[in-house]
Amino acid sequence: MSEVQKIAFSPEAYELVQRLIRRYPEGKQKAALIPTLHIAQAEFDGWLSAPVMDYVASLLKIQPIEAYEVASFYSMFNLKPVGKCLIEVCRTSSCWLRGANDVVEHIEKKLNIKDGETTPDGKFTLKTVECLGSCGTAPMLQIGKQFHENLTLDKVDSLIEEWSKSTEHSKYLDNSTFRKN
Amino acid sequence: MGRKILLKHIDEPGIQGYDTYRRTGGYASVEKAVKTMTPEAIVEEVKKSGLRGRGGAGFPTGMKWSFLAKPEGVSRYLVCNADESEPGTFKDRYLMEKIPHLLIEGMITSSFALGAHTSYIYIRGEYFYIVNILEKAIEEAYANGWLGKNILGSGYDLDLYVHVGAGAYICGEETALLESLEGKRGNPRIKPPFPAIKGLWECPTVVNNVETIAAVVPIVNDGGDAYAAVGIGRSTGTKLISASGHINKPGVYEIEMGITVEDFIYSDEYCGGILNGKKLKAVVAGGSSVPILPADLILKTANGENRLMSYESLSDGGFATGTMLGSGGFIVMDETTSIVQNLHTFARFYHHESCGQCSPCREGTAWMEKILHKVLHGHGTLADVDLLWEIQSKIEGNTICPLGDAAAWPVASAIRHFRLEFEEYVKNPASIKEVKHYYNTQLV
Repeated sequence: MSEVQKIAFSPEAYELVQRLIRRYPEGKQKAALIPTLHIAQAEFDGWLSAPVMDYVASLLKIQPIEAYEVASFYSMFNLKPVGKCLIEVCRTSSCWLRGANDVVEHIEKKLNIKDGETTPDGKFTLKTVECLGSCGTAPMLQIGKQFHENLTLDKVDSLIEEWSKSTEHSKYLDNSTFRKN
Repeated sequence: MGRKILLKHIDEPGIQGYDTYRRTGGYASVEKAVKTMTPEAIVEEVKKSGLRGRGGAGFPTGMKWSFLAKPEGVSRYLVCNADESEPGTFKDRYLMEKIPHLLIEGMITSSFALGAHTSYIYIRGEYFYIVNILEKAIEEAYANGWLGKNILGSGYDLDLYVHVGAGAYICGEETALLESLEGKRGNPRIKPPFPAIKGLWECPTVVNNVETIAAVVPIVNDGGDAYAAVGIGRSTGTKLISASGHINKPGVYEIEMGITVEDFIYSDEYCGGILNGKKLKAVVAGGSSVPILPADLILKTANGENRLMSYESLSDGGFATGTMLGSGGFIVMDETTSIVQNLHTFARFYHHESCGQCSPCREGTAWMEKILHKVLHGHGTLADVDLLWEIQSKIEGNTICPLGDAAAWPVASAIRHFRLEFEEYVKNPASIKEVKHYYNTQLV
């Protein structure tokens, strides 16, 4: 049996949260909840477990339920484990007009998973999403913070190829996202 | 070439960075505002400019600003709405990515006009890569004395922060945005009170779209009258249009209000005509929420006049034969497009994005998606088409926020103008793969 590990942010992430809290007036630290949940997701394998959300709540001195109700409202927060590479494909109107359905079908076939599923090796998760504001460069998909636009099926193949070899987790934010002062 | 105001220097190499932006006249509006103008005088210029909210509602910005309550000893806030999520709209993203300092400058000048000492840019989480860009621009602005304490020795202090969301269209509604900024679910508030009286943390707050804030810069620099001289009638100035779909040149275009829709679609300066030489079937002119119009009605009004890219001309004829300028999300569909399938993507979108507070929207959006799914899979009946119509009519006007209307209008307009296509789908399911033969409207 593995020991229960104490959940804690890396010192850099902890420091970042303290900096973000200072962006809001005294006593309004709850405003930092969404950014802090993003940081938590980046720290802990791309998803938010209940213990992780409890930890976030304790950092912001709010009740755990306040973190749960927010995490479950916003589509970018994953409440179940996801693959190392989370592929988010837009399929609303403009993307649909320019072939988003073909992109989704292609990925489903290639990875042998359906929308919302993760490959058995834990490498890829496919998630269809609603308009990401890339309508003029449709079809598109997002991996981490990166937009991949004007997609062709060949481009999709090389992205999958590239990520197959990577050991990284796709992330929305990194050390350069927020300014240091 | 049409006149450009916001994107005048967009092709300047290095315009994303501070030095080039400053060299092309950047931050002049801050200097002018804090050194030579009173906050009231700036509000007057914005009123004179006729600027209307560029997020979609088109409410006069100067009037919105003048509603801001100013009780003694209470903080006031300016919040920029960069939650751009209306399908078909990507102009704020373009502006923030290509010329971020224009937004920062607009935020400083506008905050001074409103007496705000802390301001936030609320940006949708999916635009995380733009957070990097904005944070860097803000850092540069602090380093050069445009933000922080005692800006240019004027005694005016301002802190500006980026606040990131996490995926929720509803947070583009200003009170949902404020809830979200406070660290809560994005449930719109019941109004009144409006944010101008009780907004962020119950303090008086103005929420403005990215493009609106950016437009304050030229208005302060050149005066409200100069801005109002551009455009047509009550549609003053320029508008950023996000063009997408079946066109040769998708992208963001700054247009002077009043050019014809025909010019916008077919001229090489803008969309460059329909992709692959196909015919035009329909256009959604102002983001997914506004009524879809068939080709003939988007190019000419019911009276046979040229349809113009302006608030008034696009809404000419009401919803019976007109639409809205909305956010300027201009989605073009060629003759091969199935209106029913496109509508299904919209219905799925609104179902996904309904916050669930109001029953007509929560339940109605779900049923509209289900019925369209049924029709698209060959199991629809004529009664389903009537049911769709009935559901949308019962959502409209019966919700706390405009998401309900936004979900209803695309359904209503698709049935209004393309009913034959829905009927063909239910009478002859085999036609679902052969959409192009079933028009009840003129192709152009």
